Amino acid sequence: MSETIGEARKSRLSLSAIADKIAANKAVSGWLMAAPLALVLLLFLVIPIIMIAVVSFWRATEFSIIPDFVFENYEFLLTSPVTLTVFINTFKYAIVTWICTLLIGFTVAYYLAFHIREMRWQVVMFLLCSIPFLTSNIIRMISWIPFLGRNGIANSTLISWGVIDEPLEWLLFSDFSVILAFVHLYVLFMVVPIFNTMMRIDKSLVEAARDAGATGPQILWNVIIPLTKPGLMIGTIFVVTLVMGDFFTVRIMSGSQSANVGRLISNDIGLLQYPSASATAIVLLITVLLIIGILLRFVDIRKEL
Amino acid sequence: MEPRPRSFYILTGFFVLFLLFLYGPTLTIGILSFQGPGGGLTFPMRGTSLHWFRELFEQQAVGDIWGSFRRSLVLGLMVMTTTVVVSVIGGLAFRKRFPGSTVLFYLIVTALVIPSILISLGVGLMFDQAGMTVHWSTSGYGAQLTWTLPFGLLIMFAVFNRFDKSYEEAARDQGATAWQTLRYVVLPIIAPMLLGVALFGFTLSYDEFARTLLTSGSRNTLPLEIYGMTTNVTTPVLYALGTLTTGFSLLVIGTFITVTTYLARKRARAASDAGKGLV
Repeated sequence: MSETIGEARKSRLSLSAIADKIAANKAVSGWLMAAPLALVLLLFLVIPIIMIAVVSFWRATEFSIIPDFVFENYEFLLTSPVTLTVFINTFKYAIVTWICTLLIGFTVAYYLAFHIREMRWQVVMFLLCSIPFLTSNIIRMISWIPFLGRNGIANSTLISWGVIDEPLEWLLFSDFSVILAFVHLYVLFMVVPIFNTMMRIDKSLVEAARDAGATGPQILWNVIIPLTKPGLMIGTIFVVTLVMGDFFTVRIMSGSQSANVGRLISNDIGLLQYPSASATAIVLLITVLLIIGILLRFVDIRKEL
Repeated sequence: MEPRPRSFYILTGFFVLFLLFLYGPTLTIGILSFQGPGGGLTFPMRGTSLHWFRELFEQQAVGDIWGSFRRSLVLGLMVMTTTVVVSVIGGLAFRKRFPGSTVLFYLIVTALVIPSILISLGVGLMFDQAGMTVHWSTSGYGAQLTWTLPFGLLIMFAVFNRFDKSYEEAARDQGATAWQTLRYVVLPIIAPMLLGVALFGFTLSYDEFARTLLTSGSRNTLPLEIYGMTTNVTTPVLYALGTLTTGFSLLVIGTFITVTTYLARKRARAASDAGKGLV
């Protein structure tokens, strides 16, 4: 018994000696520790993207896809008038949602960071904002239906107040409800990075500005907003990419009446037209990466974490 | 304390409205799920009952809700465990600034911002061409990791950027090996943050839907089941399901918050006695 323990100890010692030697070599140990992460990303991110790129040059019949090297998927995509409409629609959703989440997110983050003095309250209020984000997106979406429907709460309230005589038709299954749902789902992605950046602003800078005679709006515009820029950028990246890649919010909230690029892809998938779906997906990916590339020029994310 | 400026009260009003915006709709369907048997998807309430919750337990009415709930639960736990372990090891790796770390970092960013449907489509195609069948526990699991791991790693980056290296130096000076330093110094210090990573890993997986759409195979996870229901279910049974699954999420979140607060209190009580004159 004691022998086995002794041996186990010995082998553990030698193991830890090896571990220490590996740890001493920074490159090797770094690679070893990053290996599981790299493996997951290689298998489920890099190869799938390559796969999509390859298949976008294939041909499809009604039942199967055939390896080939044709440009017809791209040709069809880039010459179809539908594509342009759908892309414009996608940008429209992204821009309007971005403006709304930016204004709301900034205000909420500013309130939490600069007006709440006690750390404990800050934590509680921040949690209150974050909790809905951890619940189901689909449920949060459909929960707008009893609110916005023809006989929904919004319409009946407005009628009983005498603001309108007839129920408003554009509240549900319209661009309005799509954007409302986007803002509802993704505003937190704006609040968190902005709040994070604001919490790092040295409060004495604000005091110095006040001592130097700056008014509230001046402090906000000349001190706080410039210092919050990295958070604004990261929030923007999140919101824009989430909205541009979406396909189900638009389907559910527009009652299948509007389309964006994501729906174009998912419709093709539904019809088993994988090559055509892949071509659209590649164009969408390039668009999104271009936008992020531009946004990343304004912020060094590694520094902001 | 100086008096509150007027802007404080305006902003408080705004914040309350914001919370109402966040929680109002969910509360509405919470109430509507207790609709009487003759009630519809909107107000008025036609009596109150548990009718729609009972419906959930009848297979014919709603399909395989409980099977999909079990799958989502198991998948959530699998994704959670993997996310915590891989994020911690990955986070430690990034402290070493190994060659290639920049490429890996941008891959993580890509995983975060790539439209989810591309992951779904790409993983689906990859499995198809490799002659494998998609299944929630293989392709679905991998696809979800591309969503939860970036979040886990972002949290770990934030944690390690604020980590006081002098704790490790002190341990090393006293003769601790690299492994001992990690096991007895670093991990206990970052433990509360790991709970945060675990919470993210579980809830993001439990509610994930876009990346699982084409990768879960013939057996649905719960969000996919709900997505299917939105098109063909027009009774408050949908709300009842929404109320239950949201309630479950809240229970999980509440548990994590309670455990974290408890650990923080315990730690504060058992804090260092340095400078208190006890020998």
